[in-house]
Amino acid sequence: MKRTLAATLGFLGALMAPVASPAQEAATDPAWQAVLDDARGETVYFHAWGGEPRINAYIAWAAREVANNFDVRVLQVKVSDTGSVVSQVLAEKSVGKSSGGAVDLVWLNGENFAAMKEQGLLAAPGWAQSLPNWRYVDVENKPTVVQDFTVPTDGQESPWGMAKLVFMYDSARLDTPPATLDGLLSYAKAHPGRFAYPQPPNFYGTTFLKQVLVSTVPDKAALTKPVDEARFAEMTAPLFAYLDELHGALWRQGRAFPKDAAHMRQLLADGELDIAFSFNPSDASSAIANGELPPTARTFVLDGGTIGNTHFVAIPFNSSSQAGAKVFANFLLSPAAQARKQDPAIWGDPTVLNVAGLPETEKVLFDTLDLGPATLTPEQLGPVLPEPHPSWVSALEEAWTARYGAE
Amino acid sequence: MTTKPRAGPAVPVILVSVFLAGPVLAGLAGTLLPAFGYLPALGRTGFSLEPIRHLFQQPGLMTSVWLSLATGLMASVLSLAIVLLFVAGWSGTRTFRRLTRFLSPLLSVPHAAAAIGLAFLIAPSGFLVRLVSPWVTGWTRPPDVLILNDPLGIAMTMGLVAKEVPFLFLMTLAALNRPRIQEYFKAGASLGYGRVATFFTIVLPQIYPLIRLPVLAVIAYATSVVDVAAILGPTTPAPLAPRLVLWMNDPNLAYRLMASAGALLQLAVSAVALGTYLAGERLIAATSKRHLVTGHRHLRERTARYGGLLVMVTIIAAMVLSLMLLGLWSAARSWWFPAVLPQAWNVMRMADTLGMSLGLLGTTVALASASALVATALTLWLLENRDHRKTSSSRRLKTLVFLPLLLPQISFLFGLQLLFLSADFSGTFTAVLLAHLVFVLPYAFLALSDPWARLDPRYAKAAAAIGASRGRIFWQIRLPLLLRPVLVTLAVAAAVSVGQYLPTLMVGAGRIVTVTTESVALASGGSRQSAALLALLQLGVPLAGFVLAALLPALLHRNRAAMRLER
Amino acid sequence: MHTNSETTGLFLQNVALHLGETLLLRIDCRIEPGTVLTVMGESGSGKSSLLDFIAGFLRPDFQASGKILLDGQDLTPLNPQERHIGLMFQSPLLFPHMSVLQNLMFAIPASVRKRSIRREMAQQALDDAGLAGFGSRDPATLSGGQQTRVALMRTLLAEPHALLLDEPFSNLDKARRADIRALVFDAAREKGLPVLLVTHDEEDATAASGKVHVLDESGPGNGCV
Repeated sequence: MKRTLAATLGFLGALMAPVASPAQEAATDPAWQAVLDDARGETVYFHAWGGEPRINAYIAWAAREVANNFDVRVLQVKVSDTGSVVSQVLAEKSVGKSSGGAVDLVWLNGENFAAMKEQGLLAAPGWAQSLPNWRYVDVENKPTVVQDFTVPTDGQESPWGMAKLVFMYDSARLDTPPATLDGLLSYAKAHPGRFAYPQPPNFYGTTFLKQVLVSTVPDKAALTKPVDEARFAEMTAPLFAYLDELHGALWRQGRAFPKDAAHMRQLLADGELDIAFSFNPSDASSAIANGELPPTARTFVLDGGTIGNTHFVAIPFNSSSQAGAKVFANFLLSPAAQARKQDPAIWGDPTVLNVAGLPETEKVLFDTLDLGPATLTPEQLGPVLPEPHPSWVSALEEAWTARYGAE
Repeated sequence: MTTKPRAGPAVPVILVSVFLAGPVLAGLAGTLLPAFGYLPALGRTGFSLEPIRHLFQQPGLMTSVWLSLATGLMASVLSLAIVLLFVAGWSGTRTFRRLTRFLSPLLSVPHAAAAIGLAFLIAPSGFLVRLVSPWVTGWTRPPDVLILNDPLGIAMTMGLVAKEVPFLFLMTLAALNRPRIQEYFKAGASLGYGRVATFFTIVLPQIYPLIRLPVLAVIAYATSVVDVAAILGPTTPAPLAPRLVLWMNDPNLAYRLMASAGALLQLAVSAVALGTYLAGERLIAATSKRHLVTGHRHLRERTARYGGLLVMVTIIAAMVLSLMLLGLWSAARSWWFPAVLPQAWNVMRMADTLGMSLGLLGTTVALASASALVATALTLWLLENRDHRKTSSSRRLKTLVFLPLLLPQISFLFGLQLLFLSADFSGTFTAVLLAHLVFVLPYAFLALSDPWARLDPRYAKAAAAIGASRGRIFWQIRLPLLLRPVLVTLAVAAAVSVGQYLPTLMVGAGRIVTVTTESVALASGGSRQSAALLALLQLGVPLAGFVLAALLPALLHRNRAAMRLER
Repeated sequence: MHTNSETTGLFLQNVALHLGETLLLRIDCRIEPGTVLTVMGESGSGKSSLLDFIAGFLRPDFQASGKILLDGQDLTPLNPQERHIGLMFQSPLLFPHMSVLQNLMFAIPASVRKRSIRREMAQQALDDAGLAGFGSRDPATLSGGQQTRVALMRTLLAEPHALLLDEPFSNLDKARRADIRALVFDAAREKGLPVLLVTHDEEDATAASGKVHVLDESGPGNGCV
């Protein structure tokens, strides 16, 4: 198959671009060619959170592409909680099942990755850097593509997309959203019951805690290292002081919490909340496009930046379709797939690639994307605050639960 | 009759022991070991009490335990009370028959779907508030009132009641369907006793043994429920079972040991709940004995009767309305407060989701039919065999069969997963089928053993007297006579199979995907539309089963007055 | 108790029962206190439905016309509980979860408050039935005849104003049947109760020595019109 239309048709091309470039490059690399040969006819069970039909549809598209071009069959196993995938692989390891595992590729990051890496549940290091499309990855400007919550990826997971905490509001109800955490607090106090965050250990709830922590911690360097039990109370004192003040003004007075970001979005649409947040900068645009938020919904961030990270795909140690999994991971990194993913009408997930460094024919795919009415420009999005070390997650969640989660 | 003595123990008994008790006990062991610190995969090969200590350090653990106990017991007792009051006040009336028609299909509503629908019905931004907003209430935005996820677990209890009432009702109905029960009603009335009083003093003591096990199963279920608790239950803290699942899936793998310890605690909680109920049962039996013969006729029963009716009608209405809301959601695009009906529709996406779900639906139907057929066949085999042996082992067998009903699922599922994995057997259709059978067979046995026992033995004797073989008696006499209960058993078994979420997930390893696992995965996101549609699909399979079970006998026996359902 | 001889007893006034379009039976008859009306008929002739109608249990798919008067009071609009009609079935229907004595005490009106008196009354009834000492027994351990006698006593203890007997002797062996029949009819006569007996046994009819109404037949010679 030849790429002929993509360059000229821009956005339309992004929708229809056949995937040829990786195949072409691969021809020059015998090692990769061997992987392609191996992969032929394999079936890859891709365990990925299945709560978002948009994402599921995108994965289905990608699966069709690799089936047509590389003869690799990818089946998405929709999971409700990535932790259960870790459980699955762990259970397999505990009975000594070192091949033919149920999971060939898993969508994860952060503590799930840290746990799998630590327990030796992942395939050997280095495979991610060996993917032909790795060279497009923006390692320089997006350090989180190799540092997952400060844990080095060691090439045991391949970056898929970027996430950054953004807040959403309905401009029909709220004129000027707050610009700082203090502003958010005063807003919540002035409008009791109209702000909420999901209950930790929900991922989004914990992210909110981390956002406050990163902005208030007395010693920022402490966050890049594993939690020091002795200093934990001191480091989190400002965080909990903030939350103590906030909780009285929370939705349901903090006695019930939204389940997750999607639930918050729904509450925003129903007018139960004034402010919600998401980890996907184009979430509001995508939601408008899908009728899940009113067209007046907009996005904002806080001064000084918000937490950001990268999400990845990883291969468990006992997958028997590792070649196929690599081919799929490589495809997900291809400019065509990444551009399509960034389109809010499709999914709206920011790319991990260095767009500026792409060949002109591929760069145009990104340049012509319509990011939608509610998406901020990269400049407006502001700086990315790095995730703390994954050990902070458990520590924060436990401290939160002890303080607010058990009356 | 001379039957040849057969060598060895009965085959079906062995089968049941191996396929039922085996997995359960192995599963329990697989939970027990990590609870005491043994989990080689994590490099833990020594035994310690650390996981238990860790468990009891969890903030709010006692509150969680208390919540599980209280909501589970309360929901079970309330459900039973509602069912009994309604049956007592209305059995045999036209109203009763009409409502029965509504209640039976409600049995096929999956717990999660009922909870989701109910949540949308009663939430502050839900349907009921929308109906009266803003024109009555003046609310242009939903009020900030705590209805769902209340710390006391009231919403969760209500959700459980709405779901357990149809089950207990059908079980009570089946128990009432025995010879002479109607005459006992008359006997009570002709002695001057009120309808309700007759039921509680004369009829209930006779049928109670038959509904006791279902009640116990409901208690075991309600004290360890995960999905309803996650949707409607409190979260600060949550009841024990949903917390267990969280710990089980925590990326911090050390939590897994604690989760196993928690599973043991869950076992204890359910056991205490069952014990409490049994003690209460004794107490009531003892105290009511004295009142039984005081001669009070209790003729002022209007309040009780209409109260029971009101609650029952409310439950039916809430469930039907919830399902209709799910139906609307599945075709809605935008549906924001305070709109009573969706502002924008998207039927295309519904069609897409439907198209993508066809494969799942196929797997679901295949699993449900296969497990229903196997479970029902095995049950029939067991019953037929028991008749011919009259062995003393039948009591032990019963305990075995019902074991999975009385043990909380999560207390042995993790171990069960390990068992299937070490047999290198997970992720296949057969494996999931076997896992389903563990939970389906008890219900099949529950549904069929009583009708079987009540079948007049003289039919078989008459057939034997004219020389029919055992096989012929089974196929041509017993089975046709029991057609209706057998079909109902199939439908119940299929419904139970469709309802299995955790077993499918853990044994299916993502290779075997059903409408149920998909629906939970989708429910974890924000798309109410897809979640609603899948919930409806999930309900469609067992519903089709119940409809068939109702229609087939009517069709086959249309000229046989004696085979028609009396009442 | 019965003041006006015109209205005393059980009066089936122009009773007709239909099932859909089909007429099941038609009867118009007065049963004087202490006398027995025997209704005979083949199975399916509607005998049981007639009893159901009188006692207030008629299934909703039947249609009935006419009135039931007991000592001048119209029973038709009343609940079964308010009709004071004692019913005896083909099977004794002793409550299996109660002892024999409890079965009897269950029937004694609540106006008798004291437990000791209730117990005595039940014991007395057992004596009358020739079953002294059976009080603590499980009903299931009694013979068929004994069970029927207990059932009769239970019915009488509830102080009915009329008795309906639905082939209560049919399950008994011949030797017992005469005894128990005598017991029932004597008790009814003594208490001045109108009795309606449904049977297909000619001997029952003869022993009842009252009017005999044969269903499916009409005209003169039949006990009632």
